[in-house]
Amino acid sequence: MKKYILDLTVRDNVSVGKQMILLRLTADEPLPEMLPGQFVEVRVDQTPTVMLRRPISIHYYNKENNELGLLVQLVGDGTRWMATLKAGDTLNLVLPLGNGFTLPTDTAVRPLLIGGGVGVAPLPYLGMKLKEMGVEPTFLLGSRTENELVQIAEFEKVGRVFITTENGAVGEQGYVTQHSVLVKEQFDQVYTCGPKPMMVAVARWAKGAGVACEVSLENKMACGVGACLCCVEDTKEGNVCVCKEGPVFSIDKLSWQI
Amino acid sequence: MADLRTSIGKLELANPVMTASGTFGYGTEFADFVDLDKLGGVIVKGTTLHHREGNPYPRMAETPSGMLNAVGLQNKGVDYFCEKIYPTIKDYKTNMIVNVSGSAVEDYVATAERINALENIPAIELNISCPNVKQGGMAFGVTAKGAAEVVSAVRKAYDKTLIVKLSPNVTDITEIARAAEAAGADSVSLINTLLGMAIDAERRRPVLSTVTGGMSGPAVKPIALRMVWQVAKAVNIPVVGLGGITNATDAIEFLLAGASAIEVGTANFMDPAVTGKIVDGINEYLDRHGFASVRDIIGALEV
Repeated sequence: MKKYILDLTVRDNVSVGKQMILLRLTADEPLPEMLPGQFVEVRVDQTPTVMLRRPISIHYYNKENNELGLLVQLVGDGTRWMATLKAGDTLNLVLPLGNGFTLPTDTAVRPLLIGGGVGVAPLPYLGMKLKEMGVEPTFLLGSRTENELVQIAEFEKVGRVFITTENGAVGEQGYVTQHSVLVKEQFDQVYTCGPKPMMVAVARWAKGAGVACEVSLENKMACGVGACLCCVEDTKEGNVCVCKEGPVFSIDKLSWQI
Repeated sequence: MADLRTSIGKLELANPVMTASGTFGYGTEFADFVDLDKLGGVIVKGTTLHHREGNPYPRMAETPSGMLNAVGLQNKGVDYFCEKIYPTIKDYKTNMIVNVSGSAVEDYVATAERINALENIPAIELNISCPNVKQGGMAFGVTAKGAAEVVSAVRKAYDKTLIVKLSPNVTDITEIARAAEAAGADSVSLINTLLGMAIDAERRRPVLSTVTGGMSGPAVKPIALRMVWQVAKAVNIPVVGLGGITNATDAIEFLLAGASAIEVGTANFMDPAVTGKIVDGINEYLDRHGFASVRDIIGALEV
């Protein structure tokens, strides 16, 4: 897919949960096509402490109202600067980058979308695409406490939602891999994004259950286009760039011990 | 429109702007953002005789106005380059230059010989910052003797333009530059990355898998500029300047310090279209100051 460097306009920027923002962006010209699981690189080099662009998952892309949504966890100077953006401000992005999730070819498939923390970010758009195809997505969302559970109403518009929290405040207590829905129901495809230990646990469960599984990785990266070779993941084909060959990988391709 | 043409020995460039090895892939990764044929040259990623997996992740740490990398020369080897990559880049009108690395003199020579046979690769940039595995692992480029040894061996095997990329991690870079010149280099490029380190205090661990890594980005520019100025006075071959160049003004500063051409590296990560803007910016500067040719400002620093 052709990549673009675009100045987008902030429609609005709202706090979500305690440590995240939802940025809604638009442009005068129609935005290029973007696929679920792809990402953008946001220019944030306003201070000496931050130089490199920040890779952010595409939370959703709405063609009808020409809008791109980014769900951003505030972790450092770059993302905290993004939190100061106001309606009408301009943000420079390189997009769309990487490869998206593999969409099923059979509408009878039963997909399970598992997210943890800010790793839920790419899942709503994937869910919307699946729903458009006539496939019913099921979400399983995990977090430490109720404070990190965000956008639940948005997920519920798209599909069924199951929740785990480690403190048991919402949904079932424990980790996503301990949720009863994994035992009670059959799934044919798992898509997951979240902290690496969670994804490894999900991959191990999927492999054990014989379910195809794709994970979305977020290795630290610089260029975003496969040039600098910084964000590599060890795979069965050696070190490959997450930005160019991923960020979505089938677990069969990775060298994870699962 | 000023005349932007410059040269590195017998290598003619449409303008002084090239891309630094390891920051621009094989050029094609940036073709959506920049007209590659608008550039003076593209220096493709470091190529070694054999396939190299590079270092384990994590390989990158962001630092104030800069970054550290520890990629470790990951590449698929010169045969793969010749068979699979070369056909995809050979028809660009820009100068496609291959950065050659190795850890033994014979490996450098064998790699350079393979590249010498490629019609549309008019030059190589020899990376002499690699450790010499046969001489206790000390980099070739940190002693005049080591630099001379590898450059003279490659010179015998390679008859096109030979640019030698110098490491800044030395006491006196002019000594190494003079050794490269005496050994037959057509040009020297500088600076390679500065050895640095980053620590994650919370985890009490190094950020990079290799503990130390190469620093680049705007933070290194004053050091690079100083070294380019010193080397340009010390040698009679053309100098290619790089290190923290982020915009046209930075590029012009290197030209004034004595560089005949420049390379843009880390700035490609901040703005993938920056190289084209630097070409335009140099032209705008020359017009604004009434210079007919970019050659008029090379080494024109008034001290």
